[in-house]
Amino acid sequence: MKATLALADGRIFYGESFGAPVEASGEVVFNTSMCGYQEVITDPSYCGQMVAMTYPLIGNYGINLEDFEAVRPFMSGFIIKELSGIASNWRSKMGLDEFLREFNVVGIQGIDTRALTRHIRDKGAQQGIISTTETDPKKLVEQAKQLPGLEGRDLVQEVTCSQPYDWVEGEWDIERGYNKSPLENPREPGKNYFVVAYDLGIKLNILRKLTQAGCRVKVVPAHTGWEEVLAMKPDGVFFSNGPGDPAAVDYAIENARNLFGKVPIFGICLGHQIVSLALGAKTFKLKFGHHGGNQPVMDLIQKRVEITAQNHGFAVDPQSLKGDAETASINLNDKTLEGVRHKKFPLLSVQYHPEASPGPNDSSHLFHEFVKLMEENSPNGPAERTD
Amino acid sequence: MPKRTDIKKILLIGSGPIVIGQACEFDYSGTQACKALMEEGYEVILVNSNPATIMTDFDFATKTYIEPVTPEMVEMIIDRDRPDALLPTMGGQTALNTAIALEESGVLKKFNVEMIGADIAAIKKAEDRKLFKEAMLDIGLKVPPSGYAHSTKEAIEIVQETGYPAIIRPSFTLGGAGGGVAHTESQLAHLTEWGLSASPVKEVLIEKSLLGWKEYELEVMRDCKDNVVIVCSIENFDPMGVHTGDSITVAPAQTLTDKEYQILRDASLDIIREIGVETGGSNIQFAVNPENGEFIVIEMNPRVSRSSALASKATGFPIAKIAAKLAVGYTLDEIQNDITRVTPASFEPTIDYCVVKIPRFTFEKFSKTSGVLSTQMKSVGEVMAIGRTFKESLQKALRSLEIGVSGLEEHFKYDIGDSSQDKDVQKEKIRSLLKEPYWERLWMVAAGLRRGLSIDEINEITGIDLWFLQNLKEIVDFETAIKEKGIIKNLDGDFLRKAKQMGFSDKYLAGLLSCREADVAGAREEFKIHPVFKRVDTCGAEFEAHTPYLYSTYEEECEAKPTAKKKIMILGGGPNRIGQGLEFDYCCVHAAFALKEDGFETIMVNCNPETVSTDYDTSDRLYFEPLTFEDVMAIVNVEKPDGVIVQFGGQTPLKLALALEQAGVPIIGTSPENIDRAEDRKRFKEVLEKLSLKQSLNGTATSQQKAEKIAVEIGFPVMARPSYVLGGRSMEIVYNIEDLRHYMKTALNVSPEHPILIDQFLQEAIELDVDALSDGDDVVVAGVMEHIEEAGIHSGDSACSLPPFSVDDECIDLIKKQTAALARELGVVGLMNIQFAVKSGEVYIIEVNPRASRTVPFVSKTIGAPLAKIAARVMAGKTLKELDFTKEKTFNHISVKESVFPFIKFAEVDILLGPEMKSTGEVMGIDTSFGRAFAKSQLATGVELPSSGTVFISVKDKDKPVALKLAAGFRDLGYQLTATSGTAKYLNEAGFDVQMVNKVKEGSPHIVDSINAGEVQFVVNTTFGERAIRDSFSLRRTSLNCNLPYCTTIPGALALLDGLRAVKEKNLSVRSLQEYGTSG
Repeated sequence: MKATLALADGRIFYGESFGAPVEASGEVVFNTSMCGYQEVITDPSYCGQMVAMTYPLIGNYGINLEDFEAVRPFMSGFIIKELSGIASNWRSKMGLDEFLREFNVVGIQGIDTRALTRHIRDKGAQQGIISTTETDPKKLVEQAKQLPGLEGRDLVQEVTCSQPYDWVEGEWDIERGYNKSPLENPREPGKNYFVVAYDLGIKLNILRKLTQAGCRVKVVPAHTGWEEVLAMKPDGVFFSNGPGDPAAVDYAIENARNLFGKVPIFGICLGHQIVSLALGAKTFKLKFGHHGGNQPVMDLIQKRVEITAQNHGFAVDPQSLKGDAETASINLNDKTLEGVRHKKFPLLSVQYHPEASPGPNDSSHLFHEFVKLMEENSPNGPAERTD
Repeated sequence: MPKRTDIKKILLIGSGPIVIGQACEFDYSGTQACKALMEEGYEVILVNSNPATIMTDFDFATKTYIEPVTPEMVEMIIDRDRPDALLPTMGGQTALNTAIALEESGVLKKFNVEMIGADIAAIKKAEDRKLFKEAMLDIGLKVPPSGYAHSTKEAIEIVQETGYPAIIRPSFTLGGAGGGVAHTESQLAHLTEWGLSASPVKEVLIEKSLLGWKEYELEVMRDCKDNVVIVCSIENFDPMGVHTGDSITVAPAQTLTDKEYQILRDASLDIIREIGVETGGSNIQFAVNPENGEFIVIEMNPRVSRSSALASKATGFPIAKIAAKLAVGYTLDEIQNDITRVTPASFEPTIDYCVVKIPRFTFEKFSKTSGVLSTQMKSVGEVMAIGRTFKESLQKALRSLEIGVSGLEEHFKYDIGDSSQDKDVQKEKIRSLLKEPYWERLWMVAAGLRRGLSIDEINEITGIDLWFLQNLKEIVDFETAIKEKGIIKNLDGDFLRKAKQMGFSDKYLAGLLSCREADVAGAREEFKIHPVFKRVDTCGAEFEAHTPYLYSTYEEECEAKPTAKKKIMILGGGPNRIGQGLEFDYCCVHAAFALKEDGFETIMVNCNPETVSTDYDTSDRLYFEPLTFEDVMAIVNVEKPDGVIVQFGGQTPLKLALALEQAGVPIIGTSPENIDRAEDRKRFKEVLEKLSLKQSLNGTATSQQKAEKIAVEIGFPVMARPSYVLGGRSMEIVYNIEDLRHYMKTALNVSPEHPILIDQFLQEAIELDVDALSDGDDVVVAGVMEHIEEAGIHSGDSACSLPPFSVDDECIDLIKKQTAALARELGVVGLMNIQFAVKSGEVYIIEVNPRASRTVPFVSKTIGAPLAKIAARVMAGKTLKELDFTKEKTFNHISVKESVFPFIKFAEVDILLGPEMKSTGEVMGIDTSFGRAFAKSQLATGVELPSSGTVFISVKDKDKPVALKLAAGFRDLGYQLTATSGTAKYLNEAGFDVQMVNKVKEGSPHIVDSINAGEVQFVVNTTFGERAIRDSFSLRRTSLNCNLPYCTTIPGALALLDGLRAVKEKNLSVRSLQEYGTSG
């Protein structure tokens, strides 16, 4: 079916729809990962956004039952050059088209995604609409102009879980699939650490990596108060990735502020921004963000470079870090802040995604570092195995 | 970390001649490395025996040694120049093996030379399969079940454990030389013997075959701070069982989920760390089981490679250049990405297009081989294409191949029955063909799809991934839809656009719609369907690209942004093949350099990923595009160049000249009209008659009857060939009428639209090659080369000497005069090459090529003048006077060019030379006498020249009188002589002491036994007549397998004798080009 993608600044692209032929809108961003579209589509951080893949051939290996980052897609639209006519992989259970249809997400193909990417790069990420019904592009542009931007929007409440739950699954392995038996801390056999994870839109692979590193994990809704969390007697608290403007998630910032110094904290992506805001820093919106799996990050102390997966439209202003908080790592492409370190509080906070999925595993050691942080700083001392 | 200051002088070893498995990708890598190191202020000492390389140009190194790449010669260089460091990772397997030998013999230690890039331990761990296997098991990775054999017996024992099919891989060889797949014990025995002889350490690895598994490659880079990046992933269209150099490959990987890709990425990081490649690039190959994702490590190359060149071109990330900088201490984050200029090299390129590489084969030149691919590489070149979809890239790559296809149309020579036959019969035939990986398998798959084979069935037979097959099916289905439209007028704009987006060329469409290519172009014009050009930028458009590295596609937005500068476009040579290799790329690169220096904007068009011309650094703008009329016109329409150069890229651009000129393209240099006068035999005859120059008797035949008539008039033997060919394709000496009939039958099939040329064959004439330059007024002879082999052997295969060594001055003066006359008559502006034959004092003209020739780099390096640069400037309007090149250069040294052949890769092929070119590359020997230069040229081809031992002589009757001279020569140098009965009797009667040995057909112990036993050091064998040739075949093959110097012509043997004598008189020594004073 013919479909139109209209951007708020008036740029129009024509293509063909796939997935569900519904009208959808959101901030249009581009992702430069060459594989991993299943993880991208199911990443809750894309709530409120439509994603264009810069790699043109999508759907090649279909959709499998394992590479989900959440139980359903959260992005509102998927923009690509060419949808594969076949799903070819031993793990594939269905085609991408069918999957998107099932979850009522619209896809548009036949788009000059390079032109779209260049446009976003030059003009900035902006609101857009995909429609298969409206034939007048001008009307679509008008509608896109009326859409609210991401700034000031708390999208966390749209993606967080409603009830706390325990997580027990470890990492994926090509021969055995997911590790279903809870793991002990490989560093200290017989012991593991209890982590309470704030779900601000959490990617499942974070939970798997925490479990694999030897943690017992309880996931809690974003609104859970800090006192309630402390009452659970965690060895560490985790703030997850998620969508929208971090500054709008004031309750999470408040919780983080109150947990500092009381328990080791680990923040990833939106979680990192929340932690930084709680430390008194400021965040700002990037022109088009970082979305992809090839971003070089340099650790300023070790001077080593890791290739990281990233997905963020906002960033922490390094100039705004104050007191004992300081820049721990930077992005070598645009020199933006990638990690914060604190002289007093046991804290790990990174803008990038050490859980990868999709993307390189270079920084997955951070999960072990978090364990080490808990080992040294847990208010409870090393925890006993609970099972 | 900043660059190292404790080293100042770096020795770089090149890869030597172009052979199968080691081609001009190492000139690309080496040139990048030289440039990078010189820019950083290091002194670079370079050794490479291949004169056709850009890297051996004077200004790419401080000292350039065109000397044999052997441990002995490199030791002399080290002794002379005392480098601080040796960079062994840029010259392929040749450089690595030489470096290992120098380390093991203690030379590096003695002269205190540090190996940089990869140290000896890392090289050995990666190259020695036993150590590699242990290392992989140590880090928890799987390798194929395998064992080492040093005899056939051991091999059979191993396979009892690992099972058939078994892969045989000789240790320490390049391009999988001597390897293969065995399905039965007799195949195993045969391949093991062959492999043992090919391995320098007489060892083969017997491995369980992973036939049918998917194959992937990752290109990895690491710096001294242990930062590691993956530059590119590559997925092979052909599953395991076909050498990756012979596989169609695609970048990036297409059918791996992120989880699976990351497993390979993590493994690659672990491998480069475990092997210990400290700085630089490596290539790692994996096999993946399509049933369950299980993966196995196949091998790792701790150096730049064919794949790294491809990955560099596919991503815009210059691996060799960066590897060179890492080797001197920089880290990835300290090196800038040239394309974005704002981001560092410590990142992983992401691409927003699909890249397809297709190898170029020349099985037609080795008619006795089957065309089935295996683990031993057989292709001689490759093309790469870039498009937004696999379908588009594939079809662009197909038309880049220049094998007479313009896309995925029906194309193969196997009989599957004509269209009247039952489809099921045809299907069955295709099914059975698909069981073996023929080089034409892609077209066979398409043929199967056309006749209704399902992709599942094809997948089952071939193991080719369903994703690829689905894409092929979409092309074939669309082809059917196009055909159903009947005529071009029935196509609407949307439909035509869709066809173009799927990569259908105008020519392909014209064929389907029975119209002219121009009609399709016209329809496109009407609907305003034109390609746009997008940039290769390493980053998927995340950052602005500052380097105009472009490819065409049918999309919305064009990023070409042509400038208003004065610009000249250079059309490259397309894929390397026998007859058209890197010599032509060399000329194109020179044109780009010269015109850039003169202030022109230079635009390169080419589709060969191995070359220096397709380095985005070489010209101002690079279009990575097929060299067809349609594709070139699309670029011309956007760029509107002030001049287009067609005379440097060989026959490829020359073929387009007339059509381009008719389309209004400003061709500069010799006019296409005059090119045609030289190329068209009939018109050329008129030129010669006008100038009263002599040609051997000849005629042009358009039918068999005519051919017979002409041949009888001229008198046998005659030389027969199709017109408009390069490399003597289908050229044959025909001795009688039956042979001629046979020839006409086979040759006419080769190029039906062109007539057959029949020439009198000048037996035993001396052949000479002349390269000359002209600006339309002045003509300067650049070099006169005398061939060592007599006329009748293709000039590309013959060794030659510059200056001539036996022809008298009077004759040479005459040749020069005739050259000038021809240049003026043909209005040559730029380069020209003429082949002459001299017989009984008479000078004959064999052919004139008003274009750059294969010998331009050889002559340039010998006389010390950059001929191609001068020619480019002349074409752009300068006169030779302005360029101060009005006189022939004089010099005191002698250069010998020798050819190298791919025979070792083709087991069933005879090594005899003839009028059809078979060599893949060349080496140069330069010294103060002919003998010494010739000896060096022989060493450079990879043979040894022992100073004592036995010479085997067996010559045809006609050659027996000369054999006396030969025998005396060898005897006087202290060699023993052995011969088969006829020659032995003849020589003994003349007073020699010759040992007689049995011919093979006379029974053991025979000559082949002696060679295998190491009792023979040199072989001289001339032969005539089908039967004699057949009888002595195994003798020549064995000489080849044992890597003995062999001569199949008397002049070749005499030259060898000269060489041996010269070496005996005084040991060889080395001298750089700069010292020869030829750096004019």
